[in-house]
Amino acid sequence: MVRTTYAATVAATLAAAMRADERVVVFGEDVALGGPYLTTKGLAEAFGTARVVNTPISEAAICGAAIGAAQSGLRPVVEIMFVDFIGLALDQLVNGAAKAHFMSGGQLRVPMVLRTQGGAGQRGGAQHSQSLESWLVHVPGLKVVMPSSAREVAALLPSAIADDSPVVVVESKTLYFRHEDLPDEGVAPEPLGTARVLRQGRDVTIVATSRMVHEALEAARQLAMRGIDAEVIDPRTLVPLDLATIAASVVRTGRLVVAHEAVCHGGVGAEIAAQVQAACFYDLDAPVVRVGAPFTPVPLSPMLEDAYLPGTAEILDAVDAALD
Amino acid sequence: MAGENGALRQGGGTLDANVARHLLVTMWRIRAFEERLEPLKRSSTVHGLTHLSIGQEAVAAGVCTQLGNDEIVYSNHRAHGHALAKGVDMGRLLAELMGRADGCCRGLGGSMHVVDVAHGFFGATGVVGGNLPFAVGAAFASRLRGDSAVVVVFFGDGAAQAGIFAESVNLASLWQVPVVFVCENNGFAEFTPRSAHTRVERVSDLAAPFHVTAATVDGNDVVEVHRAFGEVLASASAGKGPFLLECLTHRRSGHYVGDPGGYRVASDDESWRDKDPIGRLVRRGATEGWFGEDAARAIEAAARDEVEAAVAFASASPFPDLTLPADLTYAR
Ligand SMILES: Cc1ncc(C[n+]2csc(CCOP(=O)(O)OP(=O)(O)O)c2C)c(N)n1
Ligand SMILES: [Mg+2]
Repeated sequence: MVRTTYAATVAATLAAAMRADERVVVFGEDVALGGPYLTTKGLAEAFGTARVVNTPISEAAICGAAIGAAQSGLRPVVEIMFVDFIGLALDQLVNGAAKAHFMSGGQLRVPMVLRTQGGAGQRGGAQHSQSLESWLVHVPGLKVVMPSSAREVAALLPSAIADDSPVVVVESKTLYFRHEDLPDEGVAPEPLGTARVLRQGRDVTIVATSRMVHEALEAARQLAMRGIDAEVIDPRTLVPLDLATIAASVVRTGRLVVAHEAVCHGGVGAEIAAQVQAACFYDLDAPVVRVGAPFTPVPLSPMLEDAYLPGTAEILDAVDAALD
Repeated sequence: MAGENGALRQGGGTLDANVARHLLVTMWRIRAFEERLEPLKRSSTVHGLTHLSIGQEAVAAGVCTQLGNDEIVYSNHRAHGHALAKGVDMGRLLAELMGRADGCCRGLGGSMHVVDVAHGFFGATGVVGGNLPFAVGAAFASRLRGDSAVVVVFFGDGAAQAGIFAESVNLASLWQVPVVFVCENNGFAEFTPRSAHTRVERVSDLAAPFHVTAATVDGNDVVEVHRAFGEVLASASAGKGPFLLECLTHRRSGHYVGDPGGYRVASDDESWRDKDPIGRLVRRGATEGWFGEDAARAIEAAARDEVEAAVAFASASPFPDLTLPADLTYAR
């Protein structure tokens, strides 16, 4: 086993991709210096600043240049430092990257990855803490990946880079420095659009994304002590969504809790709940219960932010409601 | 404007008769195509917002005829002229505008999204300014590959006020990539004159702060556009970084087919008629001995014949399969 972190695994996976394929280039603010979370640490030293390119604070142009470079045959991996700033690049992403293949009748391809990170809990305030993945999930043409651990980064980031469609990878700042052991032989790439069952159980299915995967596993541990056997599924990619794995689980358990850190309102949980009820309405023994943040911006003050953040306790309450 | 731009601003210069002829052919093909589009749009044979470039053909012709298929062009919403001049087949272009299966984008794009990769036409966009950074990225790719193939992006004077313009020009300058920003300054953005959008009269003035060499030329003089762009192209190909070429022109038609009009002074339109780029090249051609009036008329007639053949081709093309959108949302 190798002891590592999520952030270090991002850097190591990017390095491996750059070593394997000279078309892979990295653009972003401070990426040649490793970035504030060290996710691109060592890349400029290893591959030079012609391929690891610092950019000015021009999110739209960073994203747009990546699109043009991708249309010309490169495989750019660009970084938007915080998902909170994705609004500045959204036109490029939504009207450019997502639609070029379609609108050109299949002539153009945009094999780019946009890496960014979200999540609250670090007293970042309302503009550095959001979870905005549902904005991206709503756009046909984009794929959206949310790795919940170093292992998932190692499994999914290479697949995102190899994909011929634009892929947004939303990382978690809360998880960046969590220690984790990965196998010595490394983790083989796994296809986008496949969920992972992290714990098998008979009584209730908990679908959780990103940081909430760990909260769900903790909830399942506590539920086991009460004799409740929870199944925990990480969809890993929100688009494409592996509904089959989730539905197969719900057919067995009859109960579903969906947990994410983003606000519940209009969140990905609503989409998963809707798809599950359409696919297995007669297998459900209770309404689907959603866990997410309240419908307010993220507060700064520690007590308020802690109260805002959904976690194990909210998942336990949701399971109780689903079992009621 | 930076002093080094002076050379680009000098008029005159002679042209090979074959090149002059090719420019006239190109302008007439664009003019005849777009004149025919107007009724096709009004009868709902052509679909979608249709922006004509009648009066502005010299820019498309002067620039695109100097580029090979490996030199990528990005365009804007007023794209038919750029596409035709870059080599896109007229029949497939019209079929695209009519939403037909034989359209260059299989009917999924339309007028504002024309793309033809085989001819290096990476496309139009419906988002004003949206393609500017794509060109910078494509030029980054060509420099990294080592061939420094020049990338050209057309934009209007209205796009220069978008934030993405400044971001893109700055990035191009910082990276010193072989991109040429070609502005078609027709003095209007939709119904609003430039003076109501900015106090900066010349788009080329916006380049100097970024240390990008720029020039402004008479965009209705195809000989001048051809000469100025030829110089810029040579410099950009030699790795001398990005350039901006502003071409002053005038669109003689509405902003789009069906534009309510009434926002321009009739006398302005009158004076621009004399400056029409086709008329000017025909007159110049006679004086320079490039082609006579009969030859010019034959060029016009051939262009109109090609348009009718395109109409026949596109009209015979079927509408695309209903499964196409789902098939092409993601690359396979
Ligand atoms: C981002 C964006 N805003 C507004 C529009 C609507 N629009 C289409 S063309 C246009 C004017 C563009 O003017 P200019 O760039 O000068 O090009 P021209 O039409 O004169 O060729 C506007 C406002 C748009 N398509 N995209
Ligand atoms: Mg204009």
